[in-house]
Amino acid sequence: MSSKPSSLFDKVWDAHVVRSIPDGPDIFLIDRHFIHEVTSPVAFLGLKSRNLGVIYPDKTFATADHNTPTINQHLPVEDPLSANQLKALEQNSHQYGISHWGLNNPKNGIVHVVGPENGITLPGMTIVCGDSHTSTHGAFGCIAFGIGTSEVEMVLSSQCIMQPKPKKMRINVNGVMSKGVTAKDVVLYIISKLTAAGATGYFVEFAGSVFENMSMEGRMTVCNMSIEMGARGGMVAPDETTFNYIKGREKAPKGEAWDEALVYWKTLKTDEGVVFDQEYYYDAADIEPMITYGTNPGMGIGISELIPSAEDIHAGKASFAKSLQYMGFAEKEGMLGKPIDYVFIGSCTNGRIEDFRAFASIVKGRKKADNVTAWIVPGSHLVEKQIREEGIYDILVEAGFELRQPGCSACLAMNDDKIPAGKYAVSTSNRNFEGRQGPGARTLLASPLVAAAAAVTGKVTDPRTLIT
Amino acid sequence: MAYDKFTVLKSTAVPLPMENVDTDQIIPARFLKATKREGFGDNLFRDWRYNNDGSPKQDFVLNNSIYSGEILVGGKNFGSGSSREHAAWAIYDYGFRSVISSFFADIFKNNSMNIGILPVQVSDAFLNKIFQAIEAYPNALVEVDLPEQKVTIVSTGEYEFFDINGYKKHNLINGFDDIDYLQAMKSEIMDFAQKSRY
Ligand code: SF4
Repeated sequence: MSSKPSSLFDKVWDAHVVRSIPDGPDIFLIDRHFIHEVTSPVAFLGLKSRNLGVIYPDKTFATADHNTPTINQHLPVEDPLSANQLKALEQNSHQYGISHWGLNNPKNGIVHVVGPENGITLPGMTIVCGDSHTSTHGAFGCIAFGIGTSEVEMVLSSQCIMQPKPKKMRINVNGVMSKGVTAKDVVLYIISKLTAAGATGYFVEFAGSVFENMSMEGRMTVCNMSIEMGARGGMVAPDETTFNYIKGREKAPKGEAWDEALVYWKTLKTDEGVVFDQEYYYDAADIEPMITYGTNPGMGIGISELIPSAEDIHAGKASFAKSLQYMGFAEKEGMLGKPIDYVFIGSCTNGRIEDFRAFASIVKGRKKADNVTAWIVPGSHLVEKQIREEGIYDILVEAGFELRQPGCSACLAMNDDKIPAGKYAVSTSNRNFEGRQGPGARTLLASPLVAAAAAVTGKVTDPRTLIT
Repeated sequence: MAYDKFTVLKSTAVPLPMENVDTDQIIPARFLKATKREGFGDNLFRDWRYNNDGSPKQDFVLNNSIYSGEILVGGKNFGSGSSREHAAWAIYDYGFRSVISSFFADIFKNNSMNIGILPVQVSDAFLNKIFQAIEAYPNALVEVDLPEQKVTIVSTGEYEFFDINGYKKHNLINGFDDIDYLQAMKSEIMDFAQKSRY
């Protein structure tokens, strides 16, 4: 073809534009819409007050995850406000004919975990949800991003939202990742370089050998956190790894439809010669296991490095000082050896089976440290089932850990899983904002390996010293 | 019509010269359990504003009676983090109609405009001037003129123009929202959807 080279992002975006408003946004068709109990009730209220229906109920999927308890899910939810939101989700889904995976449904789990694992998320789709980590689905070559409740109402009523087309950024990471370095470390490293606002206004494509060689779950971890650098979303071009992951999943195309889909999916990549508005290159060899020391995800360092000094921080010295004060850390301190109180492994960032395999690889044959409370929360019932089937459960129990039930849990601490004020938590989730994991909680974001090393030693520990 | 019309707002302003104010600070997750959009203003900046026992923190700006007004002036990268529209609802419910900063997170900016709050992005230098003007004189008036796309420090007459896309501007001035617009083109959307792959 002699047409102008085009990027993966442009191909997917342009295929979904219903109309472009001059000096305004594009009107953009949404293929899949996920809803959950927290950001949807007001959208349904809006529909009712305007007397509107849901235009394509079969393109929306509901799951309960944000404020669900992670123990005793068979009992009625105790918190009346949470119970009320769960009931609203169920009733609204029922009323409008939307499929609903509530608590105790075998398909229930965190929205960004259950979408891919059931084959709902497919390459080239546009996907939205009232949760900023919708960017996770970009791992399949989708344009996927979080929206607000007004936009949820728009999608329910018209299957469209309005968005100005973001600028394009490509982040290339090449080279070989060293031992103990995971997808989470790669993305924390990128955010530490770009800062928490460095990609605002952009949609990011992740390219290079590191992502090509990464599993789908790793790609999901990376795309999940693209929002933490301010990006609208992130995506990875689909390839054999993607197709193998999707094949055979419940809602994936089958037979002829599969063959036909595959032909299309193979066109979803950035052509040679495309110029991005912004492009970055990193070398995988420079990345070590990462950990954050501050109160935004950009405040991360290699685990063996020192916290920077205020002098090295170009922007926001006041915020930097406030952040360290909140964390109880000082500039130029090392992180290794700092005692911790809690470990949380879970969330849509690191709540998939590979994450628990990684966690178990370090925990195996060791014991949970006495000073640590650990919350081990699978991202979905399917993940929980795998944990049991693969014997990971036994390893955990032997080491003194308990397994909880699926949900967002301490990622945003809307349920009872709150880190107490002043306590330190090594967390595999995606945000370390003040109070994110509970009022006064101090969060250290890290990979499942770093979390495991902390869980068995009771302090910040380089997982490489525990890998044989 | 979905919200109040926005044209010219002249008001005193509340300064929050902090960078990276994220939506978890604007409205912490534990307050997101309502199924209505009103009432979030009471918990706006909850953990900066109140001690654990519920008493106000004296050093936080919303508890300082010398500052008031319908304009919130925030530091760079305002509204990062979660997509919760509740953050915008809380700001609106508290009584703000415009937020000025030198940089906004994307989703927050969208959410604000969708409910009738005007996010005004100015240069770092002008943002500093606004902070200085309020510091010197807490009753300093700031004027946000949407039709002219101009923000002025009334006492000094200094001003700067700001960007907003024409469509959103038209909506805000008229109090229209996107849902009205999309409903009006429903058949076009359905034709398009019919031909789409998924
Ligand atoms: S795990 Fe955290 S980031 Fe993911 S959907 Fe739940 S609250 Fe959002």
